[in-house]
Amino acid sequence: MLEVVELSKRFGGLYAVNQASIQVGQGQIVALIGPNGAGKTTLFATIAGFLQPDGGRVVLNGRDITGMPVHEICALGMVRTFQITQPFSRLTVAENIMVGVYQHTSSRREARRLAWEIAEYVGMGHLFDLPSTELTVAGRKRLELARALGTRPQLLLLDEVMAGLNPTEMAEIIGIIRGVRDRGVTILLIEHVMQAVMSLAEHVYVLSEGKLIAQGPPAAVTRDPAVIEAYLGKNAAQLLGGDVHA
Amino acid sequence: MNQGNPSRDGTPGGRWLLGLLLVVAVAYPLLVSSNYAVDVGMFILFTAFLGQSWNIAGGFAGQMSFGHTMFFGMGAYCSAILVVTYGINPWVAWALAIGVGACLGAAVGFLSFRFGLRGSYFALITLAFAEMFRVLADSAAITRGGLGILVPVRQGFDQLQFVDGRTFYYIALGLCLAGLGIAGWLKRSRFGARLEAIRENEDAARALGIHVLKEKIKCLALSGAIGAAGGSFYVQKYLYIDPHLAFSVARSVEMLLVTMIGGAGTVFGPLVGATVLGLLGELTRSLSDAQGLSLVIYGVVLIFIIAFLPNGLISLLQRRSRKAGGRNA
Amino acid sequence: MDFLLNAVVNGLMSGAIYVLVAIGLTLIYGVLHIINFAHGALLMLGMYVVFFLVTRWGLDPYLSLPLVAGAGFAVGYLLYRGVIGRFSHGKDENILLITLGLSIIFENAALFFFSAHTNIIDLDYTDDIFILGEIFIPYTKAVSFAAALVICLVLSLYISRSDLGKAIRAVAKERHGARLVGINVETVYALSYGLGIACLGAAACLLMPSYYVSPTVGHSFVLIAFTIVVLGGMGSFVGALVGGLIIGVAESVSGAFLGEQLGQIAIPIIFILVLLVKPTGLFRGAQ
Repeated sequence: MLEVVELSKRFGGLYAVNQASIQVGQGQIVALIGPNGAGKTTLFATIAGFLQPDGGRVVLNGRDITGMPVHEICALGMVRTFQITQPFSRLTVAENIMVGVYQHTSSRREARRLAWEIAEYVGMGHLFDLPSTELTVAGRKRLELARALGTRPQLLLLDEVMAGLNPTEMAEIIGIIRGVRDRGVTILLIEHVMQAVMSLAEHVYVLSEGKLIAQGPPAAVTRDPAVIEAYLGKNAAQLLGGDVHA
Repeated sequence: MNQGNPSRDGTPGGRWLLGLLLVVAVAYPLLVSSNYAVDVGMFILFTAFLGQSWNIAGGFAGQMSFGHTMFFGMGAYCSAILVVTYGINPWVAWALAIGVGACLGAAVGFLSFRFGLRGSYFALITLAFAEMFRVLADSAAITRGGLGILVPVRQGFDQLQFVDGRTFYYIALGLCLAGLGIAGWLKRSRFGARLEAIRENEDAARALGIHVLKEKIKCLALSGAIGAAGGSFYVQKYLYIDPHLAFSVARSVEMLLVTMIGGAGTVFGPLVGATVLGLLGELTRSLSDAQGLSLVIYGVVLIFIIAFLPNGLISLLQRRSRKAGGRNA
Repeated sequence: MDFLLNAVVNGLMSGAIYVLVAIGLTLIYGVLHIINFAHGALLMLGMYVVFFLVTRWGLDPYLSLPLVAGAGFAVGYLLYRGVIGRFSHGKDENILLITLGLSIIFENAALFFFSAHTNIIDLDYTDDIFILGEIFIPYTKAVSFAAALVICLVLSLYISRSDLGKAIRAVAKERHGARLVGINVETVYALSYGLGIACLGAAACLLMPSYYVSPTVGHSFVLIAFTIVVLGGMGSFVGALVGGLIIGVAESVSGAFLGEQLGQIAIPIIFILVLLVKPTGLFRGAQ
């Protein structure tokens, strides 16, 4: 579904993303992990059109979308959420979700009805008319997800959805994400929380200092010495004896 | 499932209150005896209509302009020039002026937003545009420069001039209602929802598929059309326009004031603001003849609103209805 | 040729006046991004103060400069502390509206108390002129020109060398970080605003001998000042100097060619073009 070919993004002289190549197949849940500052969000932003790449291509469903405006990419079925949630503050939960839903309908009644369904699906039905400023962190994360779902995406880019959630909230969101995939949405997610990566992802890419240093099933990747070194420092793999459980 | 909180739509108190207000508004000229009182009422309604123009750009879409008088002035001059120099029927001129206002709005919107201007930069560039038009109006032959344009008195319905101030009052009422209708439509439509999303968070709006530039341009076109409609009406009522009346900062400020004080981004905000400020103005005028006192008070009220009631006076009414009606959360 | 030369010289002189007005805004808006819409109105108040000092107490405006600038500093500091900083809740758009509100209050209070008359002051040296070859330069404008250069230089040095200057630049660049290293951000803003208004006080003293005062005199200066700050490059005092002189000359020359009415169009057009084409301005500022 998504093919990122040798994508690069430069800020001044520094390559935040250096020739990264990623494939995400239809219906998969793929994770992008890496230490802080590795360039994960920059990669997301470049894929989704918020930043113009300095090299490489992004292909969505066989169509080259490199450098396309963000709203057009959304129309083609790829939507991203933000690491720091960006709710429409003065709007209610309902109105927030409706903005996403309006992508496919122009009727307010219809939009509200569809928004209600989505809200119920992510467990926010009881908060439907609440001003979004009154949501908790977990609520805002769900809202971010709900809003994106409103656009009926084929590919959903989730940026650190788990950050700031307690274990219960995390388990709930994991369930929701799995459910979303089961309904036919492909998911590419950035995550720091290993538990979520292990339980959700079928395939993992590891980014470090802008470069992809490993990819594969989660269990294999987390044992990869190069990955361990990226997170814990040089020689950490040796020190830890090479066989590490996540 | 809650079908929508009425106070969110800016209709405080519900339908009964609205109906009552409408009755009062319609009956007003018949209840008061002096022409002056009718004129005051007309001016309040007219100002509310102009305020709606600012409201659409500044309130709904969050694009605060300091030069909105340019639409008013453009509409006024269009009308005046078409009627006086080209002998076009005032009603037709009115329609044409609205079209010109829309085009100007789209043009200003395109230039400003295509080049990424936001916030204070946008406010300042609109100020500059308005000033540019003022200078042009002051020097061009077609606008008769500083002398302004005087519309010859030709009374009659087909000439859009009336002896009776009450007719103008009712036209102003019609305009005000049209403005309310447009704002109400925005509150219920996809276009309006998109503008609000843009106001709250442009990047998130973009991520959800909104073509931000296009929507902003449409918004400014609509805003410009309304402003121009107001300008056209002004010329027919007062039969005179000059560069200062058309393009002064004072009028831009007035359009902004009534909306910010009443409640930006709400349907009734400009009307509430226009009424409060209009009545305050009359009150201060009765206390002192000296110019400027009413505006000092407006300035104080503006600061007060920003400091303590950022959602405008109308939020006072919303709070009360929320406490009374409760919320289905 | 002569005609053009005169226009350019006149432009430089009026440009210097614009620079004086814009210097304060360069600090306030250019460096700290406080959108001070009250700039013109505060200048107007300063000019009234100078007017009364001259007419009631016979105090020469050039001599009263330290006094008026000092008063300007106090007024600015208190305004920021008491109104602008307090009520804006940190949001740019609120600052825009609050300073707009202040400008409305000041202008109309002046209108109420002093009514719409224009007033000028007449001093011994008001009509003195320097003659350089074919060029006539009024003494008062020459003083303004020199003062503009000096003030720009002094402020530029102050901001780059002094402790407060460093704090200001730190806050401008990275507000949160500045707070973390112990800089009291609100105080820095208030002091900067005070400093900016002090500059306006100085400008008022330097303007009055060759200009006039009325409640709306500040109006036209607002757009001019913002144009200069943006043209010069946000936060650059050298930029403000160059920008102001360019604006002055542009206005004067276009006035010479297009006539006095239409010539005024130079300023809004320059502003619009700068914003659209090169909003970062000519020079790199303190930011």
